[in-house]
Amino acid sequence: MARLPNWARLPRYSRGPTRGLGHEAVPEAERQIAYEHRDEHLQPGASSRVQDAVADGTIEDVPPTEEELARMDAALDGIVLGSMTRIGPGYLLLALVLGFGTLSLFGAWLYQIFEGIGVAGINRPVFWGFYITSFVFWIGVSHSGTLISAILRVLNVEWRRPLTRGAEAMTLFSLMVGALFPLIHLGRVWKFYFMIPYPNVRELWPNFHSALVWDLVAILTYMTSSALFLFMPMIPDMATARDRTTGIRRRIYGVLALGWRGSQQQWHRLHLAMKVYTIVIIPVAVSVHSIVSWDFAMTTNEGWHSTIFAPYFVIGAIYSGVAALITVLIFVRRGLGLQNYITKFHFDRLGLILLAVSVIWFYMFFAQTLTNWYGGNPVDRELEHLHIFGAMAPLWWFMVVVNVLLPFFTLWFKRVRRSLPTMLVITLLINMGMWIERFLIVVGSNVRNHLPFDWGDYTPALPEIIIAAATFAMFAFLYVALSKALPFVSLWEVKEGWRLDKWRTQGIVEEETEPVEEPQGVSPPPSENRPGEVLA
Amino acid sequence: MAIDLDLCSACQACVVACYAENNIATVGEEQIQKDRGLHWIRIERYWKTEWPQPRALFLPLLCQHCDRAPCESVCPVFASVHSDDGLNLQVYNRCFGTRYCANNCPYKVRVFNWFKGEFPEPVNAQLNPDVTVRGVGIMEKCTFCVQRIRRARQQARAEGREVLEGEVVPACVQTCPTGALTFGDLNDPNSLAARLAASDRAYHLLEFLDTEPSISYLKGLGAESG
Repeated sequence: MARLPNWARLPRYSRGPTRGLGHEAVPEAERQIAYEHRDEHLQPGASSRVQDAVADGTIEDVPPTEEELARMDAALDGIVLGSMTRIGPGYLLLALVLGFGTLSLFGAWLYQIFEGIGVAGINRPVFWGFYITSFVFWIGVSHSGTLISAILRVLNVEWRRPLTRGAEAMTLFSLMVGALFPLIHLGRVWKFYFMIPYPNVRELWPNFHSALVWDLVAILTYMTSSALFLFMPMIPDMATARDRTTGIRRRIYGVLALGWRGSQQQWHRLHLAMKVYTIVIIPVAVSVHSIVSWDFAMTTNEGWHSTIFAPYFVIGAIYSGVAALITVLIFVRRGLGLQNYITKFHFDRLGLILLAVSVIWFYMFFAQTLTNWYGGNPVDRELEHLHIFGAMAPLWWFMVVVNVLLPFFTLWFKRVRRSLPTMLVITLLINMGMWIERFLIVVGSNVRNHLPFDWGDYTPALPEIIIAAATFAMFAFLYVALSKALPFVSLWEVKEGWRLDKWRTQGIVEEETEPVEEPQGVSPPPSENRPGEVLA
Repeated sequence: MAIDLDLCSACQACVVACYAENNIATVGEEQIQKDRGLHWIRIERYWKTEWPQPRALFLPLLCQHCDRAPCESVCPVFASVHSDDGLNLQVYNRCFGTRYCANNCPYKVRVFNWFKGEFPEPVNAQLNPDVTVRGVGIMEKCTFCVQRIRRARQQARAEGREVLEGEVVPACVQTCPTGALTFGDLNDPNSLAARLAASDRAYHLLEFLDTEPSISYLKGLGAESG
C-alpha cells in the first residue's frame, strides 16, 4: 500500500483566488462553521479524544469535507490577516501608551549616558543591580519561546500548531529587550564595540577567557537563529499575505515571501529545513542560558560560583518563559480574536508544562539553597540567612510562595488551567517571582562578601526603575506593533494540522496515484473511512 | 609589599597620600554614603571586642596585585592585565565599564568612576602630571604607584644597573609614619619585603581563594592596635 507523503497533500493557498482581507470579508456563516467545529477539528490536539469518543460510540465522527476545510481556511485567513489591517482607536491608544513607555526607556538611558552611570543606584560592592537582573530575566523569558516551539515540533505535538508563531515571536522580542541591558549597564557604552572581535591595526582582541564575551557570542547566535526560526516557517504565510493584500503591503510581503509559489519542491525543502533547524536550535537555546549563568558561576563570588547554576538557570528560564508565553498568548488570543484557534485546551496543556517545570525548578532551587547552607561556608550561610530571615526575607518568601507553592497547589486542577483569568494571575505572579529570584541572585549575593567591612546595600534609583519597568512596555510594544505586520498564527501549519487530523481520523489513502503534478490542488479525498488508523 | 598590622595605627595618612599622588577624584559626602568613594587604599576597621571595652583591629586594604588575579580573566576587553613585573594593571582607555572585574575581586579594592571626577580649586593645582586623570565610567585601582616604578626603572636602565632596594617607594609607603608598609622586590630574596613575606608572621588575605596576592600581612603577636 503506497503512502502519500504529507508534504504532497498540503494546500496551496498562494494559488487560490485573491480574497478580500478584512475580517468582515469572511461571511458570518463561514465563521460560524469554524466556531462549530472548534472542538472536533479546529483543535488538532483533540484528535485522540475524538478518536476515543468515536471508538466509544459517544460521538459520530464527521470529519470536515474538502469544502468545509476550504471554508475553515478562509475563516482562518480572514481572521488572522484581517486583524493585521484593522487599526481601531483602542489599538492606537494602546500603541501610543506602550510607545511612550518604550521612549521613556531610551530617555532614561540618554540621561544616564550624559550624567554618568552613577545615576543608577549601584555602588561598591553591588556593582550590578536592576540592569543585570533585567538582563537575566529577559534572556530567561526569551528562552522558552523557541525552545517550547522546537521541542513541540520535534515531538510532533499536534496542538502546537496555533502556538508556535507567538512563541517564536516572544523569543525574538524579549531578546531584543534583553540584549539592550549589557549595553545599558556599561560605564562607557560608546565604547561597546571593544568587545566585538573586529580587525584592527593594534591587533587588540576581546578576551575570550571572559564569560562576557561568551555571552556576546551566545546572545548574537541565539538572536540570529531565533529570528531565522521565526522567519522560516513564516515564508508560506508571507506568500498567503502577499496573495491576499494589495498595494505596498503586497510588495513588502512579496519580498518577504522569497518567491514562494507553493511548489512541492518548496514545501519539501521547507519541511526538511524545519526538521533540521528545529533539532539544531535546541542545543543553541540551552547553551544560551547556560552561558548567561556562567557570567555568575565563573566568578569567585559567594552565592554565584555554584556548579548547579547552568541547569538551574536553564530551568529557571524555561519556567519564566512558559509563564510568559501563557501570559502573552492570553493577550494575543484576546487582542487578535483567535479564540477559536488558541483554545482553553492549549492553556490546559501549557499549564501542565508549567506545573512540571515549576517542580523541576523547585528541586534546583532547593538543591542550591541546601548546598549553600550545608556547605558551611560562612559567607554562603550569611547570604542564606539574609535571604530567609534578614532584610531580603520579604522578597525571598514572596518568591517561594508564588514560584513554588502557588503553581503546585493550583495547576494540578484542570479547572484552574482552563480558566484564563486565573492563569493570567498565576503566570504574572510567577514571573514577578522569577524577576525577584534573579534579583536575589544578582544583588542578593553581591551585598555580602568575605570582608564584612565591605558589605553593602542597594537601593535602586529612579532611572534604573524607569528602565527596568519600561522594558515591559517595550516588549508589549513590539508585540502590538508587529501584530499588524506578522501573522501571529502560523496559517499553513494550522491548515496542515486540520488535514493531518482529518486523515488520521478518517483513514488512509488506499492507492497512490501518479506523483502529484505541480498544479494539483489539495489532496484527493480519502477513499474509505477507517477510524483509528494513523497515517502520518 | 608587606604590611605589619602591629605597626598600623590607622592614621589614614596613606589614604591621603594616595589621593594626592594618583589624582584620585573626591566624590563628596553624598556619594561616599552610597559606598562610591574612590579610595585605592582604605583602612578597614573590625571590632575585636564590644562595648564597654571596644577594641578595634585595623586592616589596610589595597589592591593585592594577585599573581592569579580573578579580575584579569573576566575582563572582556583586556583592560585588566598583568605586567611582566607582576603588577596588576588597569588600562583606562580600554576599559568600558562592565564592572565584571570589580564583582570578581574578592578584596573589593577596585573602584569605579560613577561620574566624571572633579578637581575643584585648589585641588587641580596639585594634580600629578605623571598620572592619567580618569574619565567617567571606568574602573580604577591601586597601581603600586606604577609611575614611580617606571621612573626608577628608566633611571636604572639609563645608568646601566638594576633597580636598587628602596629606590621605589609608593606614596602610601613613603607617608606611613610608623613604617607599617614595606615595599620591595619579592623576586629578590634579600629584599626587606621578601624577608618579611617569608617570616612566620606573614599571611595572605583570603589565602584559601588561591589568588596568590603580592601583599603579605604580618599578623599581630599579642600587642594589639587601637
